[in-house]
Amino acid sequence: MLKTPLNDEHRALGAKLVDFGGWEMPLHYGSQLEEHHMVRRDAGMFDVSHMLVIDVTGASSAPFLLRLLANSIERLERPGSALYSCMLNDDGGIIDDLIAYWLSERQYRLVVNAATADKDLRWLQTQRERLSLDVRIVPRRDLAMVAIQGPSAREKLWRARPELKPCSEPLSPFCAAQCDGWMVARTGYTGEDGFEVMLPADQALGFWRSLRAAGIGPAGLGARDTLRLEAGMNLYGQDMDETVTPLESGLAWTVDLASAREFIGRRALESRKPRAQLIGLICMDRGVLRSAQRVVTEHGEGRVTSGGFSPTLNVSIALARVPVAVRPGQTVQVEARDRLLRARTVKCPFVRHGKPLVELPVA
Amino acid sequence: MTIPADLKYTDTHEWARQEADGTVAVGITHHAQDLLGDLVFVEMPKLGRKVKKGEECGVVESVKAASDIYAPLSGEVVAVNSALESAPQKINEGAYDAWMFKLKLSDPQELASLLDAAAYRRLVESAAH
Repeated sequence: MLKTPLNDEHRALGAKLVDFGGWEMPLHYGSQLEEHHMVRRDAGMFDVSHMLVIDVTGASSAPFLLRLLANSIERLERPGSALYSCMLNDDGGIIDDLIAYWLSERQYRLVVNAATADKDLRWLQTQRERLSLDVRIVPRRDLAMVAIQGPSAREKLWRARPELKPCSEPLSPFCAAQCDGWMVARTGYTGEDGFEVMLPADQALGFWRSLRAAGIGPAGLGARDTLRLEAGMNLYGQDMDETVTPLESGLAWTVDLASAREFIGRRALESRKPRAQLIGLICMDRGVLRSAQRVVTEHGEGRVTSGGFSPTLNVSIALARVPVAVRPGQTVQVEARDRLLRARTVKCPFVRHGKPLVELPVA
Repeated sequence: MTIPADLKYTDTHEWARQEADGTVAVGITHHAQDLLGDLVFVEMPKLGRKVKKGEECGVVESVKAASDIYAPLSGEVVAVNSALESAPQKINEGAYDAWMFKLKLSDPQELASLLDAAAYRRLVESAAH
């Protein structure tokens, strides 16, 4: 199994390790719930070195990404800006979701999911050959990545590494800066403020330990999943894959159809009406919604794509793919084991910056 | 791994304890709560329900998964620990203190069919390999 540079440290911290896309990763370090609350209330850190950083450079890097990504890198105003995008196949299905950073002229950086990394690389290389563009595609397995998230994340990072403050303090959300060979980005996957730091793999352990010394606790994939679900963020392979389009996955806002740009998958998106939509669910009964459960609505059936317990809201929430006619505020039924749970449809996110954004069922 | 010697166990990870009043208290084992992770919901059998040994009679749900609770013995549910409904984490904190329900046995002979601590330990350890 693949291991990140922090693998031994996770063991030493008592992590429960699991296989995640071929990587041995920490699920939790004792209590997933405590790690979730720590990130919402203070600050926590995640080893996300299993995700792949890919540098795309060369004279044609911009035209290449304009063709490859459904969102437009022309929206990036200056080097250091980032955007979230899907990479589509010819049918409009989602090959992966990623963050694209504009580093400098002719230099971009993509951060893609661990489980799809090899497939993404093959796709990028195939398209480069198909388009015969002058582009270099460089996987950066030499980098580690640590996410520091939570209301105290910024302050505690600077306590741990004061030298990072001058370059990271001016950053707006979704922007990044190069700080002495490290890249510090004000991005994340929890609905909280914070940073994702990309650094040479051999410096990851020292960085991690300095963050711990500054009072940032480790959080595992379990908390990462409940945090991102509360933030209404999709998980690749669960809420979206190559069988659905961004328009069917609550990601229409990331698809640039306003310009005339010919990106891969565009024609399919324009010719194929969305067959379903992704919507939030709040469980009104005692019980937990789980992925793959059947959802019965007055407009037809759907499926839970991600479900779980929301530690912040203290109820179960889910993302579900349902018929397009379903509107927020409706009541649906979810088939959970041998019973039907009532759930209300809502617009995501459920939680943002620690605050509930949805009306909760009366206890 | 905590497996108290004075309790009896099932291969579905419930524990059973004979109480002074003749009833039997039932909960889930330390090993079971550890596998499930943080518990967030508990559904227990209704007071007065008559259950048969091995019958499904409740559910525990964690952040990770849902798991059925089976009656370790046949009998009538004569007490339910309703404090767990609002504080299911008590099971994580102390699996053998957090009894879920108590049974008045209809066939006390069944007790002999349960696993003792040593047999349960073997079961858990063999599952781990």
